[in-house]
Amino acid sequence: MARNTAALAAGVATVAVLALGGCHAGPSRDTSADDAPWGGTQVVLPARASGEPELVQVPPPPFSDGVFPCSDCHAQPDLPPNRTRRVLVDAHDEIVLKHDEEHRWCLDCHDAVDRDQLHLAGGELVPFSESYRLCGQCHGEKHRDWRAGIHGRRTGFWNGRKEYLLCVHCHDPHAPRFKPLVPRPAPVHPGPMTR
Amino acid sequence: MATPRTAHDVDDHPTSLTRRSFTTCAAAAAAGWILTACGPKRLYDVSRERLRELVGDVEREYSATYGKDVTVSAAGPQPGVLFGYALDISRCTGCRRCVYACVEENNQSRDPQVHWIRVLQMDKEHGVDFAHADQYYEPAQVPEEGKFYVPVSCQQCRDAPCTKVCPTGATWAEKDGIVVIDYDWCIGCRCCMSACPYGARHFNWKAPSVAATDVNPHMHYLGNRPRPKGVVEKCTFCIQRVREGRYPACVEVCPVGARKFGNLLDPDSEIRYIIEHERVMVLKEELNTMPKFFYFYGT
Ligand code: SF4
Ligand code: SF4
Repeated sequence: MARNTAALAAGVATVAVLALGGCHAGPSRDTSADDAPWGGTQVVLPARASGEPELVQVPPPPFSDGVFPCSDCHAQPDLPPNRTRRVLVDAHDEIVLKHDEEHRWCLDCHDAVDRDQLHLAGGELVPFSESYRLCGQCHGEKHRDWRAGIHGRRTGFWNGRKEYLLCVHCHDPHAPRFKPLVPRPAPVHPGPMTR
Repeated sequence: MATPRTAHDVDDHPTSLTRRSFTTCAAAAAAGWILTACGPKRLYDVSRERLRELVGDVEREYSATYGKDVTVSAAGPQPGVLFGYALDISRCTGCRRCVYACVEENNQSRDPQVHWIRVLQMDKEHGVDFAHADQYYEPAQVPEEGKFYVPVSCQQCRDAPCTKVCPTGATWAEKDGIVVIDYDWCIGCRCCMSACPYGARHFNWKAPSVAATDVNPHMHYLGNRPRPKGVVEKCTFCIQRVREGRYPACVEVCPVGARKFGNLLDPDSEIRYIIEHERVMVLKEELNTMPKFFYFYGT
């Protein structure tokens, strides 16, 4: 068996029981309930061919310094949620939405009641550490490929524990298109042929 | 599967002995005996004990040269493993992060410069076309409008022309599919370089230079240990990493996740998923080299 199951056994046992055992409704919730809420998360991916679930580790979401938990500011009694669609001016004005901005705004993804979570289109709350479920609602193909390990960067072991990134580690959710990069230097040219 | 070993599989193909071939063999054996008696032992000819000595020798030598603890592995192929690689051309931005991660991981010479990965810039209009490819592109930002990028390194051919032309048997395909070079047996004739249709092999024209602070001390005998002047080198899928189960360095560094790697014999692997679900191609398919390096369009 090429897959390094032994090294994973302990982790798989705990997470698989919590995630698969606690979930009868298919793939709706696939992370361990007792993970530190804002620490890294383990995602159990359904096995493709062998019937074994696969475990990947996802690092914590990349919050800007000091913004999380959102409820630190938003839960203050003098700051009730304003559900009117508008351009923000008092706070978060550095965020310029470039993500289907004609049709969406903050509260389509961020939850107005539980400020520390996101919500799916159907209203189900989703922690930031599982934001890929939210992304996957529209980007189903990419979500499928990400779970299969062919969209996005994987690090770790080809035959064992892998680490995954959340969609938002690479794509700014407010402006997801990739920014151009400065390339590393070209190879040294061998010079013109002299003979 | 056969037991793991670092061995040439020549001995898996016994040939019938005619009188003529016997004479040739005897002559070759005699020549071989003289060579081995005087020179270093070929890695795949030696006993386990001798291998340990050999590896111990080079470890001590490199540790002294670079003033740090160097480990040299001689780990053989894992049973049931055949490595394959896939690169998503629709994602690669031509940023060359992989080129330099490879240089650092594999102790390539900094000056004169050796790069195992060449990123070729091509025109979307022309498609994959080597005649019009440019590896010296240097715009302020990538990707450029109308261009796409095809990084090329050793394709780890299943029917590798480079191994067939080597007059000393210094290069061969291992059981896990990695085409390797024994730098102690390479005589620098460069036959393999002219046989390789992908420009994947590189020659050390001068003594390779890597500063002691930059040397990656985690080495494999058939991989990233520092090469002497006058031998040929190339990508080994990061043999020092992948035989321990890790991903190659270029896979981990690629900022857009264009590089995928795994075991072709494992139906659960990412590489198998790609081959079964994506539009996959190999370079210069018409040459029948049967690369284990695949290119695909992920979008
Ligand atoms: S690091 Fe990735 S995106 Fe950059 S040149 Fe290499 S393969 Fe392409
Ligand atoms: S790409 Fe070139 S060096 Fe690599 S196995 Fe094929 S022929 Fe040999």
